[in-house]
Amino acid sequence: MEIKSHLLPALRLTLVCLVFFCGFYTLIVWSVAQLAPNQGKGLVITQNERTYYVNVGQAFTADEYFWSRPSAVDYDAAGAGGSNLGPSNPAHLAEVEQRIRYFLEHNPGLDRSQVPSDLVTASGSGLDPHISVEGARVQVKRIARLRKVPEETLRQLVDQYTEAPLLGLFGTARVHVLKINLALQNL
Amino acid sequence: MNTEILGIVLMYVLVLALAVPLGRYIGKVFNHESTWLDALFNPLDRLFFQLGGIDPHRPMTWKQHLVALLTINMIWFIFSLFVLTNMSWLPLNPDGNPSMSADLAFNTSVSFVTNTNLQHYSGETGLSYLGQLTLMLWQFISAGTGMAISAVVFHALRERTTGELGNFYGFFVRSCTRILFPIALIGAVILVFNGTPMTFEGKDTITTLEGVTQHISRGPAAAFISIKQLGTNGGGYYGPNSTHPLENPNYLTNLLETVFIFLIPLALVFAMGRVVRRPRLAWMVYGVMTVGFLLLVVPSIYFEMKGNPALADLGIAQPLGSMEGKEVRFGPAASAYWAINTTCTSNGSVNAMHDSLTPLTGLFALLGMMINCFYGGVGVGFLNFFVFIILAVFISGLLVGRTPEFLGKKVEAREIKIAMLVALLHPFLILAGTALASYLYTTNPTEYADWLNNPGFHGFSEILYEFSSASANNGSGFEGLGDNTPFWNLVSGLVMLLARYLPIIGPVAIAGLLARKKYIPEGAGTLKTDTATFGIMVLAVISIVAALAFFPALTLGPLAEYFTMTK
Repeated sequence: MEIKSHLLPALRLTLVCLVFFCGFYTLIVWSVAQLAPNQGKGLVITQNERTYYVNVGQAFTADEYFWSRPSAVDYDAAGAGGSNLGPSNPAHLAEVEQRIRYFLEHNPGLDRSQVPSDLVTASGSGLDPHISVEGARVQVKRIARLRKVPEETLRQLVDQYTEAPLLGLFGTARVHVLKINLALQNL
Repeated sequence: MNTEILGIVLMYVLVLALAVPLGRYIGKVFNHESTWLDALFNPLDRLFFQLGGIDPHRPMTWKQHLVALLTINMIWFIFSLFVLTNMSWLPLNPDGNPSMSADLAFNTSVSFVTNTNLQHYSGETGLSYLGQLTLMLWQFISAGTGMAISAVVFHALRERTTGELGNFYGFFVRSCTRILFPIALIGAVILVFNGTPMTFEGKDTITTLEGVTQHISRGPAAAFISIKQLGTNGGGYYGPNSTHPLENPNYLTNLLETVFIFLIPLALVFAMGRVVRRPRLAWMVYGVMTVGFLLLVVPSIYFEMKGNPALADLGIAQPLGSMEGKEVRFGPAASAYWAINTTCTSNGSVNAMHDSLTPLTGLFALLGMMINCFYGGVGVGFLNFFVFIILAVFISGLLVGRTPEFLGKKVEAREIKIAMLVALLHPFLILAGTALASYLYTTNPTEYADWLNNPGFHGFSEILYEFSSASANNGSGFEGLGDNTPFWNLVSGLVMLLARYLPIIGPVAIAGLLARKKYIPEGAGTLKTDTATFGIMVLAVISIVAALAFFPALTLGPLAEYFTMTK
């Protein structure tokens, strides 16, 4: 029977592949990771003796911080995910409407048309570490009032913490929420 | 020029610039020509063959190739079932994650062995590190399977008259060690240095700046993510795939991961040109695929950058575009570009949640999977395209009143029947599956209430998307679908099985049958298949089959949603 003659070589070849790809390949990548920042355990920043993951977004909901984006999983980095709500879903639209109202309540003097969509929509991972530049600028007034610092200082801070597109040419400009909030602490 | 658009142009230029030389290299590997990497890989391959007890020079017929392929795939499936149902007590489980239920393990094993990577679990909570590494093994060798079988078809198309088409294990090992392994390694290293975890330590716990406790899943992610992108696998290490900031930390890694989606499918087209010794034919195939891809990707980028019209009605600004389910560091343009890359190629990884795409982008993503041969999966993408070439040869032959021929071989009734069956299987699986699930849902909406995360037309799209993804061996999802139930696990598992192996068996049989036929030298009366005219013919056949099969279903889903939103 033809299958029988293939069975043993197939089994042996599978074991060789197992050792090579699961073992050898993984080991090489892991060894290289020992030379990478923080030994491949994820990039971190430390301030006031506390450590934070750079690439994992955190929830910022207090008015004296720059808010991060809404998250469908409440920034749970052990169970990340998006809302998976469709663009026409009434529940989704109602939720966005509620977020807009909440935002305007906490940022008096602003008009609806000034609210950028990334501040009222949930990210794909629920862990987005960034907001758009518009999303940071629009929060300056509120934070300046609560922290009693000049708006101009905060506007400069936003400019300073705006991450340019790759090589200035490719992709989006954005503001890293954790980094700018850590800078706020140091003002 | 807009930096988001410029980023996309860079991604395409980069992948084309890499795919042409890589295609030449793959052609050499398939031809057993010498390359500068031989010093490294000849001894390695010899070790594989010695330990495997394989003679890589023993030629096989097309039937023997298929038996070898199916046998080794069966072994992988059984091995996978064992690991996934026993993870809880096996080693490398620092987070203490549970074993899978039988139906979920069946679905997941089928999914990874068939190069689909549909996931009804989330990596953070559903797999141990051993489970992740086992699935990573399938990501390498299921891609190797696709490449090996495409090598068989290339050889069959080249030979004048022969029944012997090289050795399956030979092609398979060479694909894995000489092509997938070195490129995946480069990708993994770049990811590691950009912040993707590669550690065997378990979850970390930190306190956020606002004082909340946050648990952070880690693991050997970088090794996994590189090959999942490269092998058109697409199964994410983390639940939300490459939207996750540890899986895809910045725009540079997004560039790398996007290039990896297209790299090998594109290179294989040029490899075909080299093996068959018809570079012009390769450019024809490339041209048709590229036109098709552009028709899907350009409007998708437009609609995502324009934003969601329903949110515009709420009066807010959408300076970036539609942002629900998307990440700021990529932006809507790079997300839409990825969405069409991943669905055209049967990759299935995502960097934005497809369920939240605007309706027409969702439609183009669906079409990418329904057509499934604009670049396509590694190896199998060309096989699907080959079926349409055969059909176009036949129809063109009828139109001009000549015996249909392809590369000097007569195409006769038997080949056409096989090609037609394969071309119709895909729509049949998608539509029959969608019909069954829709029937169950509508007759008992309370019992199946957990299936759909969205009401109305979009809910129907979720079902249609799941079956398209399973049948295209894609693996992405409208993830709102509550799919970890025995019904979805079994039904989509069966669809993946049929849609993987029948579209491999069919084209290999056609190529094998053609190879045995007498070679007729090309004359003045031969239909030229490496011309733009014939390319248009192939594109027409693809479009007609797709339109006839899928237009009604698309009308009920994304098109209906679009028109209700723009009323």
